[in-house]
Amino acid sequence: MSHERRLRIKTLFMVLLMVVCANLGDLLLKRGMLQIGAVQISVPGLWHALLATIHNGTIWLAILFLLGFTLCYMTAVSWADYSYVMPAGAFGYALQTLLAMVILHEAVNAQRWIGVVLIVTGVLLVGQTHPSTTQPKVETL
Amino acid sequence: MIKLGVMLVFFICCSTGGEIAMTYGMKQVGEPESFRPGALLRFIAKAMSNGWVWCALPLLGASFYSLLILLSWAPLSIVIPASAFNYVVGTFGAKYLLREQVSVKRWMGVVMVCIGVTLVLLTGKN
Repeated sequence: MSHERRLRIKTLFMVLLMVVCANLGDLLLKRGMLQIGAVQISVPGLWHALLATIHNGTIWLAILFLLGFTLCYMTAVSWADYSYVMPAGAFGYALQTLLAMVILHEAVNAQRWIGVVLIVTGVLLVGQTHPSTTQPKVETL
Repeated sequence: MIKLGVMLVFFICCSTGGEIAMTYGMKQVGEPESFRPGALLRFIAKAMSNGWVWCALPLLGASFYSLLILLSWAPLSIVIPASAFNYVVGTFGAKYLLREQVSVKRWMGVVMVCIGVTLVLLTGKN
């Protein structure tokens, strides 16, 4: 297997893991914040919000998935370009729509389909470029 | 409204700045030798000893917390396009700070993804 093909496959695998962790994390985060309610911007308000997030199990589960996402992201950018990994991760939004339609039988309107087509086309365009255009930097600045 | 604008700019700066610092640091760390648990642990330990990764963590933490505040303050119709705009800001950062070669094809892809994400998520809120 050529070096470039191997690079593409392992980047794709890491991006898929990122997508799963990020989507689950975001979903749980939104649920947790709905449980907490609107955050007031004042010292007591922010303190109250901080304590509420610390004591909320859903937020902790969300943080766990978002940590998983961060680790996958760190691994992916250790070999691939940031401008390659970042848009490729948006494929998750298109996947969510397809799953909503196939599994949940949700109606998907034209605007959303246009969005999905744009994301998939955009990711395919980015995917055709070389995953890594910089050399690893061994020395620190 | 000004408060919301300041928080949106703060969120975008922290999010993009954090991701760029993280990428810079991870390029110094290098990729894991393999995906075995021992190699992955060594990889994480090496990443945790990199200064740029430590610069990125507070920025990403601040972006996470500002996103929580934005989600509790503003409708998704404002928060989503702002976070989708991160794709464009991030690509500028990749080109000028990380010196990545961003071809026309990659730029077109990024802009399409940015518009697409906004369309999908704005429909999702309904």
